[in-house]
Amino acid sequence: MRYSKNFLVSLYQTMQKIRKFEQSAEQLFLEGKLPGFIHLYIGEEAIATGVMAALNQGDYITSTHRGHGHMIAKGGDIKRMMAELFGKTSGYCKGKGGSMHIADFSIGVLGANGVVGGGLPIAIGAGLGIKMKETNQVVVAFFGDGASNTGAFHESLNFASVYRLPIVFINENNQYASTAKTKETTSVQNISDRAVSYSMPGITIDGNNIIAVYETAREAIERARDQGGPTLIEAKTYRIKGHFVGDPTKYRENIEVNKFWENEPIKIWEKQLLDSKIITDKEIKKINEELDAQISEAILFAENSSDPIPENALSDLFVDDAGYDY
Amino acid sequence: MRNISYAEALGEAILEEMERDDTIFTYGEDVAKQGGIFGAYKSLLGKFPNRIFDTPISEEVIYGSALGAALVGMRPVVEFHFADFLFTGIQSITLQIEKIRYMTGGQGKLHLVLRGPDGVSNSAAAQHSESIETIFMHIPGIKIIIPSTPYDIKGLMKTALRSDDPIICFEHKSLYATKGEVPEEEYFIPLGKAEIKKEGKDITVVSMSRMVHESLRAAEELEKEGISLEVIDLRSLVPWDKETVIRSVQKTNRLIVAHETWRRAGWGAEIASTIQEEAFDFLDAPIARIGARNVPMPFNALMQNFVTPNKENIIIEAKKLLGR
Repeated sequence: MRYSKNFLVSLYQTMQKIRKFEQSAEQLFLEGKLPGFIHLYIGEEAIATGVMAALNQGDYITSTHRGHGHMIAKGGDIKRMMAELFGKTSGYCKGKGGSMHIADFSIGVLGANGVVGGGLPIAIGAGLGIKMKETNQVVVAFFGDGASNTGAFHESLNFASVYRLPIVFINENNQYASTAKTKETTSVQNISDRAVSYSMPGITIDGNNIIAVYETAREAIERARDQGGPTLIEAKTYRIKGHFVGDPTKYRENIEVNKFWENEPIKIWEKQLLDSKIITDKEIKKINEELDAQISEAILFAENSSDPIPENALSDLFVDDAGYDY
Repeated sequence: MRNISYAEALGEAILEEMERDDTIFTYGEDVAKQGGIFGAYKSLLGKFPNRIFDTPISEEVIYGSALGAALVGMRPVVEFHFADFLFTGIQSITLQIEKIRYMTGGQGKLHLVLRGPDGVSNSAAAQHSESIETIFMHIPGIKIIIPSTPYDIKGLMKTALRSDDPIICFEHKSLYATKGEVPEEEYFIPLGKAEIKKEGKDITVVSMSRMVHESLRAAEELEKEGISLEVIDLRSLVPWDKETVIRSVQKTNRLIVAHETWRRAGWGAEIASTIQEEAFDFLDAPIARIGARNVPMPFNALMQNFVTPNKENIIIEAKKLLGR
């Protein structure tokens, strides 16, 4: 292969880190240890991992309600993420946001978002800001198939095209919008077909193929960086888990899910790395042990962190809250 | 002192701050080439061509992009064509701008300004006449300024453009052409500081925007009948200057709250409720609330004027409070 071993293995590590973080979160939720809602990215890890591998540290992303993978791939700290899932003070949002609102502006993650399509206008603003500042940063806006049916999608892609903003739109088509099948609620076969309406390139790729994701994203990101305007990439994947942890998933058959477990991105990539002798079984084992240790450490950190005092609910609204009536 | 219009004073504030701070830029529908639908940006025409631009009619993105731009270090100033159209992009404000700092545990500074026209004018009917500031007072997460004079809009806007918090500014359509004294020297008006527009001893009238001028007209007429109104312009609604209102009520012992927005659950109800909680012993009469009748704005001018409050409503309520 034309990439270094380090690079190829790092893709595996990142995907596994996301998977293991989420499997732990799922387990903790089912044990009743985590409050709220958790939306799992299991089976979609290749998209965040491949795209982020093509981004620079100073670039920005907007994420979704299914955002753990984006955050981890962009370099988020899994201790602070796990602590946020527990609602602890040491969490990314000091317990005010939870899974759906994790953000780290300092590493360019402009927030997960609980509103479907909610991140798209924010990405437009980041793109406008970059254009005004004349830096060569890029914004990647992640959004789902469901978001492609919102008004925000239309407004955002039109706006980005008109002003040639440095944005790459990554549509993660996991085939379900909550409980609705995408093909039954969407007017086009491929969401990338919609790019034509916005005079931008539209590309559909296999979102479970990490190299396809990386290479397609890299080309679009370079184009955006060179002031060549936005691109719409549809990465087709499959939401192996329910819409949220605890979703009874009565709207689909197990046989359909089992088929996608056979085609999930980490299994494919691990086999490829082994088959092409880039990595050994022993190395795989070592990577997984290290990741397991990191996850255990994150859980321990979260469990041992203190709960916020209730009165902390009355801070962080404004920078200057003089005269504000709480 | 020189006299300039409300629109000119607004333009001056933005221009001065843009000259000082190159992270400020401003955009919206019909702003760059036309200077705003009501001429708010006329004095900005031809200035800073790269930092003042027209947008498509995409309100969810216009408002939401202000948030994104602020997060990457810019200070966007966005015009909302008509206050009514805040509703077409409302999620970007109520679900994003008003919440993102809080729900990320205080990360980031949302230095952004949303501004534009509101209020009744010339049979604009129900989708172009609304005053909806109460909604933004109700939902936590944005500060509200509502200047009533050229002096105030310049001083408040300059403060807003240096603030690190999101601010929405409502400018009544009927005010853009009004003139007033504005000094050449730089000045700032802090948020949360009301102005006593006219001192009086019988009744305190709390108002904002166009209704400040209606209150002053009512005060002038009532003066002839020996009734003395103290007229307070709150100038900002979040935060609002409770202390000044309480001090005034301690003196007059009577309170009228007058606004153009609907009477039912309008912000006057919040003021009235707070004053009865905190200055009950000083009240000699129930607090009177003046607002529009609880219907959408009708087109026909006779009906429009019937449902919209003006100085007559203030005069009637003032006399009622005094048993005259």
